[in-house]
Amino acid sequence: MAQRGIREYDGKRILAQNWEEYFNGEFEYDFKSILITPETDLDKIPEQYPWVKETPLVAKPDMLFGKRGKLGLIFFKKEKPGDVTWEDVKEWIKQKMAEEVEINGVKGHLTHFLVEPFVPHKPEDEYYVAITTGEDEDIIYMSAFGGIDIEENWDKVVEVKVPITASDEEIKKLIEENVPAEIKDKEKFADFVYRLYKLFRDLHFSYLEINPLVIVGNKIYPLDFVGRVDDTAQFVAGRKWGDLEFPAGFGRDLTPEEKYIKEMDEKSGASLKLTILNPEGRIWTLVAGGGASVVYADTVADLGYVEELSNYGEYSGNPSRTETREYVKTVFDLMTRGKHPKGHKVLIIGGAIANFTDVAKTFEGIIDAMKEYADKLREIGVKIYVRRGGPNYEIGLKKIKEAAEELGLPIEVYGPETHMTEIVRKAIKEIEEKEKAA
Amino acid sequence: MSKPDYLLFDRNTKAIFWNLNRNAIQRMLDYDYVVGREPSIVAIVAPTQSRKFEKFFYGINEIMIPIYRSTTDAAKDFPEADVLINFASFRTAYDVTVEALDIPTIRTIAITAEGIPERFARLMRIKARELGKWIIGPATVGGIAPGAFRIANTGGTIENIINSKLHRPGSVGLVTRSGGLFNELSNVIARNANGIAEGIAIGGDRYPGSDFLDHMLRFEKNPQVKMMVMLGEVGGELEYRVAEAIKDGKITKPVIAWCIGTISKYFGGEVQFGHAGAKAGAERETADAKNAALAEAGAYVPKSFNDLPELINGVYEELHSRGEIPDIKEPEVPPVPEDYDKARKAGKVRRPTNFICTISDDRGEEATYCGVPISEVVEKGYSIADVIGLLWFKKKFPQWASNFIDMVIKVVADHGPAVSGAHNTKVTARAGKDLMSSIVTGILTIGPRFGGAIDGAAKYFKMAKEKGMDPVEFVDYMKKVEKIPIPGIGHRIKSVKNPDKRVELLKNYAKENFPKTELLDYALEVEKVTTSKKENLILNVDGTIGVLLVDMFRELGYSDSEIDELINAGAFNAFFVLGRTIGFIGHYLDEKRLDMPLYRHPFDDILYDVKRPEGA
Repeated sequence: MAQRGIREYDGKRILAQNWEEYFNGEFEYDFKSILITPETDLDKIPEQYPWVKETPLVAKPDMLFGKRGKLGLIFFKKEKPGDVTWEDVKEWIKQKMAEEVEINGVKGHLTHFLVEPFVPHKPEDEYYVAITTGEDEDIIYMSAFGGIDIEENWDKVVEVKVPITASDEEIKKLIEENVPAEIKDKEKFADFVYRLYKLFRDLHFSYLEINPLVIVGNKIYPLDFVGRVDDTAQFVAGRKWGDLEFPAGFGRDLTPEEKYIKEMDEKSGASLKLTILNPEGRIWTLVAGGGASVVYADTVADLGYVEELSNYGEYSGNPSRTETREYVKTVFDLMTRGKHPKGHKVLIIGGAIANFTDVAKTFEGIIDAMKEYADKLREIGVKIYVRRGGPNYEIGLKKIKEAAEELGLPIEVYGPETHMTEIVRKAIKEIEEKEKAA
Repeated sequence: MSKPDYLLFDRNTKAIFWNLNRNAIQRMLDYDYVVGREPSIVAIVAPTQSRKFEKFFYGINEIMIPIYRSTTDAAKDFPEADVLINFASFRTAYDVTVEALDIPTIRTIAITAEGIPERFARLMRIKARELGKWIIGPATVGGIAPGAFRIANTGGTIENIINSKLHRPGSVGLVTRSGGLFNELSNVIARNANGIAEGIAIGGDRYPGSDFLDHMLRFEKNPQVKMMVMLGEVGGELEYRVAEAIKDGKITKPVIAWCIGTISKYFGGEVQFGHAGAKAGAERETADAKNAALAEAGAYVPKSFNDLPELINGVYEELHSRGEIPDIKEPEVPPVPEDYDKARKAGKVRRPTNFICTISDDRGEEATYCGVPISEVVEKGYSIADVIGLLWFKKKFPQWASNFIDMVIKVVADHGPAVSGAHNTKVTARAGKDLMSSIVTGILTIGPRFGGAIDGAAKYFKMAKEKGMDPVEFVDYMKKVEKIPIPGIGHRIKSVKNPDKRVELLKNYAKENFPKTELLDYALEVEKVTTSKKENLILNVDGTIGVLLVDMFRELGYSDSEIDELINAGAFNAFFVLGRTIGFIGHYLDEKRLDMPLYRHPFDDILYDVKRPEGA
């Protein structure tokens, strides 16, 4: 999967856990952050973290989306900044967890929150540092004008390109030479950024942003932290990451069916993916392979029927017969919940020419599911289109054709002599004709 | 090595294969055979393999390919190999690549592993670029130069390779991202043009070692390539480089291009389509934007993937009609002999077996003892005796028999350090030998004189009873006909008045728990006769076990002749061997603890009677 967003909490935890090694002696960081989840017993928090009763607090959702300040989702004041108590935070979190919110046009629920001490500081102490990855270099951004308006102040941000093959001396020099003039203690700031960059590199971050970054003497306050790491580096940096989870971004809550497939996918060595796009649609797909699944979805859209596309998904990596059957049953269950007012539905069983996957074997799971759902499939009216190639495809195609015909399900099957997406065109034609007839 | 720069592979290309992946290597050799070239893999690198070579098929013949511990060593012996197929896992693929880049004779490295950290991918491609070398991948099936060289699994099965005309060069250069659609595109090109001249799947990662343009610039120089097909993807900006190159006139041959993932505009960031690399970060990275840019630059871009074949066919026909693409004479293709395993599964061949096994099976999900999965053996609380029942006799022993076997093993487990088996074990252990050598010397001592009485007692008592000899007759027969003491009768110190407690326990147990003890009863009658002659001629522990085993098997349903077979096969003796091995191991471990020096027998314990032979 490669680059994955991590929670602000985890970013700061990783900083704290590796502080000794990267910032030893030069800088101090008093890591005080609590991650609140739906499983957290809020009443036990003061026992574990007595400081919540002793200091004003800040609370905010920790779910990978940004602009929380502008969305009004940073709770740091009732009447004036710094007057929020633990009791207030508790109430606020409970309330926010209960209500549905809309973020960037997506509706869903807030589940994870970060609670920290409120750090009073002057706006002029808000610095900005971010590091990202380019092609042959990493790019460090530094500014003396951090904070919520960083984008408006982007012209004051200094950009330093650090070749990924650069030596420590070269890195140091590049940073020192480019520290923005407005920063008060340039030497200290450069030293901090250098150390942060080393950590960024060693721990395989692909993005890291601290904004605002408050530095008071030797004390570092990363008031906000955004990070992405390269999850494939688990075997290199996993020990330094500690117990790190990669949450899905804030989004629509999964349907029970999507959740079921996701759980199956996590347990399986094979890949099983399902997203419901429009449960009322007429075009349903069962496609083998990641690339092919995109091509089938593309083609439905390119032929003008995207609003009828019911699902997106794929199965690959040699799923077992049982896994295939369960996957297909889940799709059948969704597509047979009701008749479509305009007539027939179509099912596209597609795939490219497999390299080594035994097509006959994978079709067995599909046939199992077809048998179980035959009555329902007949009842709502489904026409099946199959296209597949690869080892034993002739046997696979023959078996699925015979099974469908025996069950009284209309079916058309094609092999590699027919273009992969040709069945999409045929299926859409079928829909148009059935619609006309109805 | 005389091939032009724009070619990475030709019919003489030799490769080193990193990782002993038998399937992939065999597939490459099958390909070599089909296209009529000599084997392309000259060496295998596998640091953890102790073997020096591995056998593979080339046609119907077997060839040996040497195995090396490191790429450097392999390259030293095979400087003509300029390709490394890096099949290492994502953990080691980077290190393998870095090592190979430093080897002057290696020019091209194909990396299969998925999940190489991006920082490593970036570092290795910088290094490759500086050295003027080629990296294909990571996260790719590789590529193919039809008629010349196939990277690992590219193209799938041989049937598909021939169907998609990947066995001989065509006129189309193909570049795709992942391998998943590579086959599909090869097939489309074979059906709508004359097949591909060379095809590369650059891999699905964010930082491929070489990208579309790198290969298309090679294709531009390659006179065999007359047109190119590129299958791009949503996400990233690689396709723009190709558009630029077309605009700038760096690519002049016709390019048919399509980027998949046009669907993403309808669902934005909400749905993850395809693999992770395929995510548009910005409008510029969408499939639509890239398709538009490619079309604008002068590439042939279809309206949808579905129109791709037609478009390819159109361009091909035009070039063909202008005579720019010559007709191809299809080569003869020798059939690849089918693998025995595959043919057998398909029911096409059969072969008599050399071995038979009726007691255990390790082919399924879990190994079984006579059909019972090992986990069930544990879960259901089977005793060691029950396991013996399954593996030695293919029986689920009833509880009374199990308990008896258990007693037998306990009773025979050891008899002190002085008996010859234990003594040998101790002497061998003191000579500094290992466990196996030491206990084997003990076990090898077991025979007619040491521990063999169980078999003997069972055999003679059973014979006597079957022949209807009365006890006196039997004692007489042993003395006069067999001329040996009755096996299982007699003890050094125990006697009628001082009975052997072990024997008492076994007898009592059998009396209480065996359905019948006919041979024991007979033996006890014999004992009456022998003890009347001498106090210590009692039925000893070996004798008791021997006759009770006969009684046991009879009650388990064995016929007389079946029991004879068991005895002759050594099955009765086996209980003694198994039990006493416990003791031998004990003596061996005892010696190791004690760490006594080498044993030397004292002179005064040996009668020396050595005479010079006459005439010597």
